[in-house]
Amino acid sequence: MAEQALSASPAADRASRRPGRRFDLKRQPGFGAVAVTCIAVLYAPILIVVGFAFNESRSVTRWSSFSLEWFEKVLANDDIHNAAKNTLLIASCATIIATIIATAAALATTRSRAWRGQTTVYTLINLPLVVPEIVTAVATASFFGLLAVLAGISLGIGNLILTHSVFCIPFAYLPIRARLEDMDLTLEQAAADLYATPWQAFRRVTLPLLTPGISSGAALAFIISFDDFTITQLVAGAGQTTLPLYIWGQLHKVGVTPEVNAISAILLVISILFVTLSFLVGRRR
Amino acid sequence: MVDAVAVEARNVSKVFGTGADAVRALDGVSVTIRENEFFTLLGPSGCGKTTLLRLIAGFELPTAGEILLEGEHVEHLPPYQRPVNTVFQSYALFPHMTVAQNIAFGLEMRNVPRTDIDGTVTEMLGLVKMTGLGGRRPAQLSGGQQQRVALARALANHPKVLLLDEPLSALDLKLRQGMRTELKALQKRTGITFIFVTHDQEEALTMSDRIAVMSQGKIQQLGAPLEIYERPVNRFVADFIGDTNFVAATIDGQAGDYVRCRCEGGIDLLASPIGGVTSGAKVTLALRPEKIQLKSGALGTVAQTVYVGTDTNYEVRLGDGSRINVRQQNAADGQAQFTVGDGVLLEVPAGAARMLQD
Amino acid sequence: MALAAASDHIAQVQAGAERRFLLTRQLLSGPAMIVVGVFGVLPLTIMLIYSFLVPATYGGVEWEFTFENYIGFLFQRDIFDDTLHFVPDYLQIYFRTFLLAAFTTVASLIIGFPTAYFMATRPPRQRNFWVFLITLPFWTNLLIRTYAIQLIIRDEGLVNDVLRWLGAIDQPLHILYTNFAIMLGLLYSFLPFMVLPLYTSLEKLDFRLVEAGFDLYATRGKVLRRIVIPLAKPGIIAGCILVFIPALGAYVTPLILGGGKQHMIGSLIAVQFGTSRNWPFGCALAFILMAVVLLALLVYVRSTTGKSKVVHG
Repeated sequence: MAEQALSASPAADRASRRPGRRFDLKRQPGFGAVAVTCIAVLYAPILIVVGFAFNESRSVTRWSSFSLEWFEKVLANDDIHNAAKNTLLIASCATIIATIIATAAALATTRSRAWRGQTTVYTLINLPLVVPEIVTAVATASFFGLLAVLAGISLGIGNLILTHSVFCIPFAYLPIRARLEDMDLTLEQAAADLYATPWQAFRRVTLPLLTPGISSGAALAFIISFDDFTITQLVAGAGQTTLPLYIWGQLHKVGVTPEVNAISAILLVISILFVTLSFLVGRRR
Repeated sequence: MVDAVAVEARNVSKVFGTGADAVRALDGVSVTIRENEFFTLLGPSGCGKTTLLRLIAGFELPTAGEILLEGEHVEHLPPYQRPVNTVFQSYALFPHMTVAQNIAFGLEMRNVPRTDIDGTVTEMLGLVKMTGLGGRRPAQLSGGQQQRVALARALANHPKVLLLDEPLSALDLKLRQGMRTELKALQKRTGITFIFVTHDQEEALTMSDRIAVMSQGKIQQLGAPLEIYERPVNRFVADFIGDTNFVAATIDGQAGDYVRCRCEGGIDLLASPIGGVTSGAKVTLALRPEKIQLKSGALGTVAQTVYVGTDTNYEVRLGDGSRINVRQQNAADGQAQFTVGDGVLLEVPAGAARMLQD
Repeated sequence: MALAAASDHIAQVQAGAERRFLLTRQLLSGPAMIVVGVFGVLPLTIMLIYSFLVPATYGGVEWEFTFENYIGFLFQRDIFDDTLHFVPDYLQIYFRTFLLAAFTTVASLIIGFPTAYFMATRPPRQRNFWVFLITLPFWTNLLIRTYAIQLIIRDEGLVNDVLRWLGAIDQPLHILYTNFAIMLGLLYSFLPFMVLPLYTSLEKLDFRLVEAGFDLYATRGKVLRRIVIPLAKPGIIAGCILVFIPALGAYVTPLILGGGKQHMIGSLIAVQFGTSRNWPFGCALAFILMAVVLLALLVYVRSTTGKSKVVHG
């Protein structure tokens, strides 16, 4: 019936009169071009940064020849080492904290009838996604400032770790929750039927099947912490430089240099790797 | 000697939801299932058969009533404390474990020694004809194979009662028919009580020792397959099992063991009674199509014929316009005995028509 | 009697199961509540409190209650006669932020719609790849991406080089440090947020409706306008919200591409914590921003729940 319908339409007639052309009802003229251009433009800045990091001359617009010089300089730089150590420390700790909390929260909020307080938990977990970063930054800076003044408490780098944990939680939570909701409920019933206590069922059935989601969420949380600039800038104390903060400092002091390009390229590649990893792991059955 | 009681349900009710949205899935159901029995819960979707099964398994708590396993109260126990195992409709095989690990799961949970586990797994694989496939993953198996693994996984624990929740519904016809014989043989061999849930009446009739026909949360009739088929007690059972003609009739008086009835279409016959017989009372009779004999005559005309292989279904129009279905075996060469337009009369043996309680 | 006792027993067991259920769920969500509560919500409360305090000389606060910070948003006190003059500066910044966010939303819709449509009409096996491709940039460092844009649009940058090489211009176009530059940056950051909801909506589109449109003599353009776009409305609205609201709070983009001259609310707030050393005022500005954001979200949520959903197919 569909075939008849199409041949009754003048647009289809026009199209089918062209030899070898099937009428594609989904095609809209120009949309493909816009889409491809859009994606190309989206990646252009990233590619330029990475590309020019390999540029031999100091120029960031004119290509001269291939060189690894800037990477060597970057890897030998002590300030960068320090920043990298901080960044990795904060990101690792925040990831671990956020993933554990997010897993527990996902288990609490999915696959059951609504319970009292469930919406509150869900709202609270996703709050960091809604509040603008600058507001969070300001609030957190005020909070830790007050804490230092009132009680003399300063957690050192713990400040940053806890702050990062908060906004990493939703990023770990969402993939885990998605994975949990996809899981077949009867599997846990089958486990109970086969004499597994709830804890045993969790350990032997739920958790192994949840692991791809947890890994995926952890990878995303790591990247979000790794790349954070706004909040870290306002909350970080003296000597607590992270890689994004270091880049910003360099941009401010000396502008865009090949070294900055190089370290930026490294960061971009790390982000891309982690996200690809998260995506691939999350898709595994 | 009467077999001991394996499972007993006493006045069990289950209500889902509250207030105006409440659904009464089971309504005061009582049933006794004997040891070594192949017992089937049969009914359309929503009749409560799966709910009753889940209550026995422990996945739901009854709203009221009691459930006993070999005389012990279990209605408050979680599933992992009940000595029953379930074969799920979707098989529910653990996708991250191999076939052997799936089968071994229940034994591991009960801390059976490793050597015994391995022995049992091999034994089970042989029982369900899957020897050598222990290392495969569920995703690599066909539907029929997955079903066998689900069976083996449950049987490995030597349960007192095996619960099967429409396990054959996902299989194609030939496979299903093969599995029916295998399941029946398995039950006889292991001596385990099977409680089987299905909506397929042919399945129930071929496999069961006893059938409980259910509808709207209640058991409509409980009995052996022959009993259910030949002597349905009410309209629902008569309609759900096999084909039935429902004939309106007036009671004309008693005649020995039977009741004389005057039916629509001008048929007079002797029916099997249920309960009291009052002359002049209007009743509904259930009459199976294959019980009627067609002979040449003038009572009615053949309006339609439908060829179904071994038999032909005839739709006969009677004098007053009412219709009756008759099923008759075809001749040896496959030809139907009558064609459209033929004049026929109906011969109904005494007692073939049954009164229904309504 | 036995039956009544049995029902009681069941009721008890059921109640026990209920309690265990609730307790487990509450325990599992406990850590999340505590961490987000203490390190997320509490700081916001502190921020609110700070906004009513007086700034200390070298940053930080003096514990003195005042409304000055909120008044100072709209008015300036004359130091001689203590009257209030209406000062539009901050309001202008808010207004500019709104306009920039709005323009960005519209631009991202115009570019994002064809993109999402293209993605949604790819063969099903390809689609995940396209989704991955469009989301990937989001996960890379915003700071780096933004200064990369700066590299491209500045006077000695790629765009000007290409235009000069083509002979289209003689003098470089001063794109950087303008409102336009900021908008480009915002567009770049938030485009995936527009594309993804649109894609989700369009992917669910029943193309038999499009087929019916062609059957009824519609042209491609009409089909687009009268069938596809109306059916994609939920996605359009979601996309607009997902772009507009975060764009209001943008910080890095105006910082790098605005050069400290063109402020948006975000960078204005940051200045209070930097050179201006007026924490309470910054907190007040931040609070106003958060209030606006939450209000906009509330309006959106209210308008979508309670509306009957369109049934597709």
